Amino acid sequence: MNTQMIRKSLLSLLGLGCAGAANADWALNMPRGITDLSAETYDLHMLVFWVCVWIGVAVFGVMIWSLIKHRKAAGAKAATFSHSTTAEVIWTAIPCVILLLMAVPAAETMIKLEDSRNPDVSIVVTGYQWKWHYKYQDEGVEFYSSLAMPSVKARFKESGIDPFSVENYLLEVDRPLVVPKGKKVRLLLTSNDVIHSWWVPELAIKRDAIPGIINEAWFRAEEAGTFRGQCAELCGKDHGYMPIVIEVVEADAYQAWVATRTKGDAQLAQMETQP
Amino acid sequence: MTSAVTDTHDNHDDHGPAKGLTRWLYTTNHKDIGTMYLIFSLIMFFVGGSMALVIRSELFSPGLQFVHPEFFNQMTTMHALVMVFGAVMPAFVGLANWMIPMMIGAPDMALPRMNNWSFWILPVAFGILISTLFMPGGAPASGWTMYPPLVLQTGDAFPFLIFSVHLMGLSSIMGAINIIVTILNMRAPDMWLLKMPMFVWTWLITAYLLIAVMPVLAGAVTMLLTDQFFGTSFFLAAGGGDPVMFQHIFWFFGHPEVYIMILPAFGVVSEIIPTFSRKPLFGHDSMVYAASAIAFLSFIVWAHHMFTVGMPLSGQLFFMFATMLIAVPTGVKIFNWVGTMWRGAMTFETPMLFSLAFVFLFTIGGFSGLMLAIAPADIQYHDTYFVVAHFHYVLVPGSIFALMAAAYYWLPKWTGHMYNEAAGKLHFWTSTIFVNLTFFPMHFLGLAGMPRRIPDYSTQFADFNWMASVGAIGFGLSQLIFVYVLLTAKKGAKATDRVWEMPRGLEWTVPSPAPYHTFDTPPKARVAQESFE
Repeated sequence: MNTQMIRKSLLSLLGLGCAGAANADWALNMPRGITDLSAETYDLHMLVFWVCVWIGVAVFGVMIWSLIKHRKAAGAKAATFSHSTTAEVIWTAIPCVILLLMAVPAAETMIKLEDSRNPDVSIVVTGYQWKWHYKYQDEGVEFYSSLAMPSVKARFKESGIDPFSVENYLLEVDRPLVVPKGKKVRLLLTSNDVIHSWWVPELAIKRDAIPGIINEAWFRAEEAGTFRGQCAELCGKDHGYMPIVIEVVEADAYQAWVATRTKGDAQLAQMETQP
Repeated sequence: MTSAVTDTHDNHDDHGPAKGLTRWLYTTNHKDIGTMYLIFSLIMFFVGGSMALVIRSELFSPGLQFVHPEFFNQMTTMHALVMVFGAVMPAFVGLANWMIPMMIGAPDMALPRMNNWSFWILPVAFGILISTLFMPGGAPASGWTMYPPLVLQTGDAFPFLIFSVHLMGLSSIMGAINIIVTILNMRAPDMWLLKMPMFVWTWLITAYLLIAVMPVLAGAVTMLLTDQFFGTSFFLAAGGGDPVMFQHIFWFFGHPEVYIMILPAFGVVSEIIPTFSRKPLFGHDSMVYAASAIAFLSFIVWAHHMFTVGMPLSGQLFFMFATMLIAVPTGVKIFNWVGTMWRGAMTFETPMLFSLAFVFLFTIGGFSGLMLAIAPADIQYHDTYFVVAHFHYVLVPGSIFALMAAAYYWLPKWTGHMYNEAAGKLHFWTSTIFVNLTFFPMHFLGLAGMPRRIPDYSTQFADFNWMASVGAIGFGLSQLIFVYVLLTAKKGAKATDRVWEMPRGLEWTVPSPAPYHTFDTPPKARVAQESFE
């Protein structure tokens, strides 16, 4: 650890490092993400966070005040009261109101998250121990997506490779999922063996891939770029080694990509669909 | 006081416990059994803690340094099973054994032979569980939640895992029955239900939870067993079963289980804060109602552990609203503790320090719990280090700190000597600093996108991970101070009967150390209570 890292660590412990965007590799908070719903999720998260902070300030404030003022060492004499119906009614009622105020926006977002009707692109995502398989339903494109070679070489004990020297260590795949920007993409998730969970924080999507069940999730990415996630459900020994990489591209670039995938070397395509 | 003992028949005070090993093997004495439970849970605390240190050592920096991923998964699984079923639960049962009869003025537990049995099952259960580490295929590695189909990939350890869970369940159910029967039948005649101390109340509620849910767990794991060996397909999609059904059944056990581990902690803290605030517990009755409300709600919130499995929208909304409701009775409890301190005359002995840290840090765990209740946000938090931070905040500075507080609070009553206060305070401060250093950064890790149960991680997570690892090692070493306190527990000054300045309750009317048999005739609880006020 170099001194700069230690300094940053201490700052963040003091809550001073929350500068946010300045530290791209130093995330403290949930990403805002690249979809409307990921932003809504982020806003909900921050709303509850601040509600908790203010309740915390109030409760801990009273408690600390009491700890200072009502010490025996400070000459405090103990009162004898043991209940107050008024106080108890107030501190039961106020939380109920606060909860109600949080429940409404949470339910609204939840309803939107579940509405996967009328997608532009449908992709079947199948979890395997330990890689993902993607099949674009209408485009006839399908492929496996596994941990990229540089990470594979570095991940083993005594590999002799410093993880810091590997770009996107454990978060890079050989073939990323490619989706068009601004289009509604529906994922149909299932599994071939045990339960996995497909998670990309920037999309605010985490949905389990369960054998025998087809789950749905959807997103509409509003920003082009490369986004990374991981399997989130313990799925065996290499659970930590089945990342997800998704490339959001413009609609025409997406069409071009589909074309190369479908018209490319048939033999290559054949090879790539082998497990 | 032994002066309460007037009849000579069946008076065992003239002879103490039997000598040697048979005393412990055959004992039916609630104090002996309580001691064994407490020592057993302390040993398991160190066993489970060592596993946690294996985990944290591997996670100190990116790349694999010490263990292979399969062994890492065994460690996370065993750490949880050992801590939940071996450390926290038996420790509270040990406290119940020691204290409940003395708090309600009973001579012993209602079913003393079953009491012996329910303890001695535990070392067998954990002997079996820990022996799986040496079996072909290694120990269970599918997480303590044992989700199929993954758990069915366990090696030779699989049936032993199931059997040991059955045994733990048996032990818990017997302990719970014993506690309920004792509380309902053996109270001093003038101790009405609503006059019972909070620790007794919370344990009564906990015991009902145990009886309700341990058989559910036993059923779930038995279905796993038959799926594996007898051709059933309860949870196998290929045979028409449903893997998600296991999660529903498991969490129907699992969520009340969470409260099984925290309600007695609430009880402990509700005993200690009034003593050191020199003021009666604020809102005793509303505490009882709040604990009951929490227990009831615990049965209708289980699927908040499953917001990502693809439940129908209406189900998700129901479980979100029900979960949020828990904040209300939990808030009442916290406000009542603050109300107890308010305008008291506080002193800060070790038990009080641990209880105050409990109120602060459990509340932080409660806040992250409220955040997790918000279903859309939970989809981001689920199965990340944010969840790890949350449940460790409610379990370590929650349940474990309450257990430590209880140990310091009642230790003089158990041993007859004051413990080493300086060592106790050192134990408190090091534990509190390191527990926060361990678990607070995990919030950031989870929000930044680190999944739980992974042996290795991307380099952007490196800094908070080394902090957490340093904290974990510090916390582990701090617990050695507690062992020192226990080993020197009999070296301190003689404790008085009341031990503290203003304690309440019948346990403080008997001598310190408490004689082998207490309350052969029922005490006058009301008179004792008033003598304190």
